[in-house]
Amino acid sequence: MSITENNGQALPRADRALPWALVTPALGWTLLFFVLPFIAMGLSSLTAHDGGAFTLSNYSEFFTNPSYWQAMVNSLQVTAIVTVISVLLAYPFAWILAEQVPERWQRLALMLAVLPFWTSYVVRSYSWLLVLAQNGVVNRALTGSGLFNEPVQLANTRLATVIGFVHFFVMLLTLTIFANLKQLSPSYRKAAADLGAGPVRTFLHVVLPLTLPGIMVGAFLTFVLCIGDYITPQILGGNNELLMPQLVMMQIGRRGDFPLASALSIILMAVVTVAYLACARWLKIERA
Amino acid sequence: MRTFLRIASSVYALAIYGFIFLPVVVLVLFSLQATSFPIPPFTGPSLRWYEAVLSDTRLTSALVNSLLVAALSSAAAVTLGFLSAWGFARFHLPGSALLRGLITLPLTVSYLIIGMGLLVLFNWAGIPKSLISAGIGHVVINLPLCFAIIYSQMGDHQINIERAARDLGAPEWKVLLLISVPVMAPAIFAGFFLSMTFSWDEFVISFLLTRFDTTLPVEIWNLLRSGLNPKTNAVGSLVFAVSIVLVVLFELTLLRKKPA
Repeated sequence: MSITENNGQALPRADRALPWALVTPALGWTLLFFVLPFIAMGLSSLTAHDGGAFTLSNYSEFFTNPSYWQAMVNSLQVTAIVTVISVLLAYPFAWILAEQVPERWQRLALMLAVLPFWTSYVVRSYSWLLVLAQNGVVNRALTGSGLFNEPVQLANTRLATVIGFVHFFVMLLTLTIFANLKQLSPSYRKAAADLGAGPVRTFLHVVLPLTLPGIMVGAFLTFVLCIGDYITPQILGGNNELLMPQLVMMQIGRRGDFPLASALSIILMAVVTVAYLACARWLKIERA
Repeated sequence: MRTFLRIASSVYALAIYGFIFLPVVVLVLFSLQATSFPIPPFTGPSLRWYEAVLSDTRLTSALVNSLLVAALSSAAAVTLGFLSAWGFARFHLPGSALLRGLITLPLTVSYLIIGMGLLVLFNWAGIPKSLISAGIGHVVINLPLCFAIIYSQMGDHQINIERAARDLGAPEWKVLLLISVPVMAPAIFAGFFLSMTFSWDEFVISFLLTRFDTTLPVEIWNLLRSGLNPKTNAVGSLVFAVSIVLVVLFELTLLRKKPA
């Protein structure tokens, strides 16, 4: 195929190399430091810990060792809980920002809503630890108000992990759902009102279905980022129950077992790919 | 009904804002704590923990490392992103859609897996852990972002200016440097500052790929091992301040649009 300028004119022979010279550095970087490492990881996952021959033992270990299997179950459960709660909390909030807040304040209201997004991710999880600790803000409030006599164990539980994640993803989903609601043409709502639908029916039968693709994209994003995250479960959940990324890091940190860590990473990626295929219908609509 | 909805909305919005701001307020408030534990009751205000952070050489050198890695890796990401965006926007290359997909592919993979892959590769190749290795990883995650931002802002109106420059006899490198770069400056700066915020805050890749010299998020992670500590609050508040500055710069550069 010939190389043309984007107005269709063929390039003079002397300039043929130019477009490739422009795109090659970026492509080369991606091949060298993204594709090649991925291949290396794939090969590594097929070797034994003590080096040497080709083996599937890393994969079979995952499927036969109940504690590894349990980490995946935990990860999927936490991710599902986080995704559902985050969507349920973020949707009404995004709707209020888009519909109830006067136009000129919307940008400010949205910026405020995502401001904590920009704290360091490590620090944000740590801040929740301050809030949820045995002698932290929440427990002081609970015991101080006389509701509880004893402080409640909140930190180092699954609940703490879920709270930390939901905090992050409510901000993210508010952004995506807000953008989706703003793109919705007001004429749909007017038409529904003209045909006699009340606000509730308009919302349920017009607004909600039309924003469903956006919700699915946001939910998918939540799923991918949540299931692959190490920091929040490690800081807030402690080591009581392991999630997949914690398990991967443990293989590297404590045992130096790169092949097993590689195999676990690849399994994690496979799960994300399956989730992508499951959402593909909505994700494609969004892109079109 | 209408007033009920208004009141319910306000209550709900305030509750969510409260939830979103709770940890940040607690972080900043207790960074000003006078005593040694960042827990209620508040005994401040005092700046002693900020002094402690600024006199801690491990933290300050990690801070300098972070800024250095963020600035250099973002500069590299934005340069590669700009050149490829320009190439793809101006010329029809065979397999162009596929190649663009390849450049944006790392966006869909978690940082943990990108870091893992590089760790395995560098381990095999015998490349030692260092800030440079981590910086390479940061370019991998930020290049697709810079590419996507700049590519989406490449309008047709710029082509004519470039063509005019070519007709007047400018060689290709002059067109690129003296015409395209200035015209695309807002998108280039936006890409740069956004990558800065991501690289500056990135933890997992730096954690896996550095050893002795490391970045601030990793150093903060090490601090966490000593339990709750107002010093962590102070350094966290400082990181927050830097991020906000970068985000404001990003907003200003991307939103300062010229009339098309």
